[in-house]
Amino acid sequence: MTERAFPVPDAVTQPFWDGVSEGVLRIQRCRECDRHVFYPRAVCPFCMTSDLEWVEASGAGRVHSFTIVHRAPPDYRDEVPYVVALVDLDEGVRMMTRLVDVEPSAVVAGMAVEAAIQGEPRLPYFRPRSG
Amino acid sequence: MTNDRVAAIAGVAESDLGEVAPKTAMQLQAEAAREALAEAGLGFADVDAVLSAGGDTFAASMAIAEYLGITPRYTDSTNIGGSSFVAHAGHAYRAIQTGLCDVALITYGSTQRSAASRTLGRAGGMRGTAQFEGVWGLPAPVGPYALAATRHMHEYGTTGEQLAEVAVATRKWATLNPKAFMRDPITIEDVLESRWISEPLHLLDCCLVTDGGGAVVIVSGERARDASLPPVWILGHGESHTHLGISSMPDLTTTPAVHSGAAAFAMAGLTPADVDVVELYDSFTITVLLTLEALGFCGRGESGAFVSGQRTAPGGDFPMNTNGGGLSYCHPGMYGIFTLIEATRQLRGESGPRQVEGARVALANGTGGVLSSAATLVLGRD
Repeated sequence: MTERAFPVPDAVTQPFWDGVSEGVLRIQRCRECDRHVFYPRAVCPFCMTSDLEWVEASGAGRVHSFTIVHRAPPDYRDEVPYVVALVDLDEGVRMMTRLVDVEPSAVVAGMAVEAAIQGEPRLPYFRPRSG
Repeated sequence: MTNDRVAAIAGVAESDLGEVAPKTAMQLQAEAAREALAEAGLGFADVDAVLSAGGDTFAASMAIAEYLGITPRYTDSTNIGGSSFVAHAGHAYRAIQTGLCDVALITYGSTQRSAASRTLGRAGGMRGTAQFEGVWGLPAPVGPYALAATRHMHEYGTTGEQLAEVAVATRKWATLNPKAFMRDPITIEDVLESRWISEPLHLLDCCLVTDGGGAVVIVSGERARDASLPPVWILGHGESHTHLGISSMPDLTTTPAVHSGAAAFAMAGLTPADVDVVELYDSFTITVLLTLEALGFCGRGESGAFVSGQRTAPGGDFPMNTNGGGLSYCHPGMYGIFTLIEATRQLRGESGPRQVEGARVALANGTGGVLSSAATLVLGRD
């Protein structure tokens, strides 16, 4: 593996990545309209306030869609095939991730998953969850 | 046709296509611009609006205007991805309508094949929203389109065979176009047996990587009536975008063409049933299925059945991507301008063996980014 893509946090997103480094999945919640927000923003896209707080997400969600990658970007070629997914968290936000601890051919849309923070760089992967 | 004759396409041209080394992207644009203007009976000195996107320079309209010695009254370097040029045509219409310009030149050029500049992703630090998408090894741009395809299959039972129908029909059109890059016929089995790129998309579900460029000249109604070629009137246009990154797409199976198409049809006073020939940005086979639904040519979830039985092929009852599309004719990074060029030629009746007989109304639709932006143009002849 050569140099992997890695996240460069900014002032708004730092708490998310701090959480990941601690093994915790944190997302924003708007104190004004009570909706969860991801990716992290300085302004709530639903009600325009800046009154966003950080909360710990359950880490539980479902696969909304996925693709099995066979032709990978240069730094990922020795890992194919692997599964990149869009996961809908129970809190109502969608995030991109990679699924681990599962055969690619066993993945289906709607599958229950949970956060599995790991890797170098440390990232919020997801894995199958019973139920 | 209810629309006032405000502005028309009066000249179109492709540059050299395929592999053009040692030509540069700017050379391709300049050569196409000269040819498109010549078709319109105009010269560089007549151009008072320049619209361009992409290429390999900062501020694309400044670059091509400088190269051609043009000082425009109206300028537009809007870059919303591959749909930009279809959006530019709408902007040119509005600029002409409000008296800001009379002769608008739209250009694009790329040498991405010769330059081998196409990659599936980047390495290194990911900033901004790329922090959350650029770190997963999702190949770009095919990966996001594959995510949309999986979801369409999940919701509606769409199959790989149905996606393949589009690639096969589009290749049949390419066999009729001497300028097409890939002209050998293919079968559904060829598509399904081609290697996986990003499942459920195979190699032959994906557009080409070629060099190429093009130019489109849009003029006021007054000038259009004086031209030697029949004017191709802009009857309606619309544009929209719903997201930048695929994670933020509100609905993976609804492209922003649902907005741009509705606006274009409303302006034209026409419906999908009035369209004789359709040129859609076919970056991937799934792009075509989703766009057909978004534009209202079929219902939601029905596009797989709609394209089955080679309905979009030569001789079918829904002629689409009659130049061979981005899948088989050319795809130099941003394809939108070629939908305008082919729609114009079809309406002029000059498309030879691939001519759609009696075509009076055409639709061109560009898609940009990762199903992010859309721009729609409804065109008609007198």
